[in-house]
Amino acid sequence: MADQIIICRCEDVTKEEIQKLIADGAHTLDEIKRLTRCGMGPCQGRTCQPLIAREVAAATGQKMAEIKLPTFRPPVIPLKLGALAGGGEKDA
Amino acid sequence: MLNFDVLIIGGGVTGCSIAYHLAKSGCTRVALLEKGYLTSGATGRCGAGFRQQWGTRTNCLLAKHAVAKLEQLAEELDYPGGVEIKQEGYLILAYTPKMEAQFKKNLALQKSLGIGARWVTPREAREIVPFLNTGGLLGATFYEKDGHANPFKVTDAYARAARRLGVEIHTYTPVQDIRLDGGIKTVVTPAGDFRAPVLVDAAGGHAAGIGRLVGLDLPVQAERHQILVTEPVEPALGPMVMCFYHNIYCQQSPHGSFIMGLGDPNEPRGYNTGSSWQFLMQMAEKAVRLLPVLKNARVVRQWAGVYDMSPDRQPVLGEVPELPGFYVAAGFSGHGFMIAPMTGQLMAECILGKPTSLPIDMFSLSRFSTGELFIEPSVV
Repeated sequence: MADQIIICRCEDVTKEEIQKLIADGAHTLDEIKRLTRCGMGPCQGRTCQPLIAREVAAATGQKMAEIKLPTFRPPVIPLKLGALAGGGEKDA
Repeated sequence: MLNFDVLIIGGGVTGCSIAYHLAKSGCTRVALLEKGYLTSGATGRCGAGFRQQWGTRTNCLLAKHAVAKLEQLAEELDYPGGVEIKQEGYLILAYTPKMEAQFKKNLALQKSLGIGARWVTPREAREIVPFLNTGGLLGATFYEKDGHANPFKVTDAYARAARRLGVEIHTYTPVQDIRLDGGIKTVVTPAGDFRAPVLVDAAGGHAAGIGRLVGLDLPVQAERHQILVTEPVEPALGPMVMCFYHNIYCQQSPHGSFIMGLGDPNEPRGYNTGSSWQFLMQMAEKAVRLLPVLKNARVVRQWAGVYDMSPDRQPVLGEVPELPGFYVAAGFSGHGFMIAPMTGQLMAECILGKPTSLPIDMFSLSRFSTGELFIEPSVV
């Protein structure tokens, strides 16, 4: 059951799915992100990316510091389109 | 020295589709070289839509056959979980009499080729998209067989199927140089030299750079296009809504997020993939004006990719006449993903010296010297 642990809470991705992909040859966070959606949800990877990096490190023998993080993209927090389109302050 | 029959440069959907189609035809000594990970260029940054509503005969045919292949792709490539196909149509909006006339001309062409797109009035458009702002709208064209597919999964499906057939895929393997020794092309990479009599340039926005390594002047230039995605919400928008007047497109993916982008006529050419806040503001304003319900959707991420633009917004496909064995599949100008299933098939046929399933002579590089351009009118 331990493998059913949710690693990405935004997109419901389990540790087992991540480990399977890594075993399958996806050794970078960029690849894992694009195939599982890990890190594409509202938190933009704040929770899952370090956890996945640890899995990649364990599987490949790399150090955590050597594992490249995906590009962090704007906006920093989710923003309503209405607020960006010129809505009031309270719309954010 | 690693020897192959065919080398493919570029691990986007086009390169992977070519690799698969070659291997499927029995040509399995194929290596694909990608400088990043698969889909790290234009494929993984695109709007993920596919449509058959085009303004030239060749694009209509390419798209029609490509969509038929996409519909069967997961089955053909044995890809469990599928490639997230959604077919709820493209609604293409007309705001000027000139657009209406062009669209009606396109519809007649599409009809003659078996593509069942139709003209819809603003009232009918609202039945298809209930929250569409129809202010100023003259009408639209709609085809329910257009839609969405997941570019990462389509590429992964082709790559896995190609690997199973024996193709070698080398990611994180940038091309440093290409040497021509007689008929043999030697591609120099940090992982060693790869040699083959046939080389395919499917490097998207970098295609011209690859061409320069063999002294070829490819008229393909990178042009940044920006895009954003919202958090997922309940299904609300069936079709892709596309508007050449405002130069925007917006579609809800099967996952629930809205993906939208816009073309900026003042965007300089170049390989810039940075995001700008100006895009975010402009996109938000245009999207909310057209689909007011979107005001409550939250943007979670914006990014950019490059279109590989050719002078007539049509791809360059086939062998370069003055460089036997050097093939190009580039210049897709923003619609490479959706036709990739056919690009792969046609390129494989062409490389293996078979008759091509659809005519591709008009896509030859030589059209830029003979002046036989054929401009696609319908591009965002």
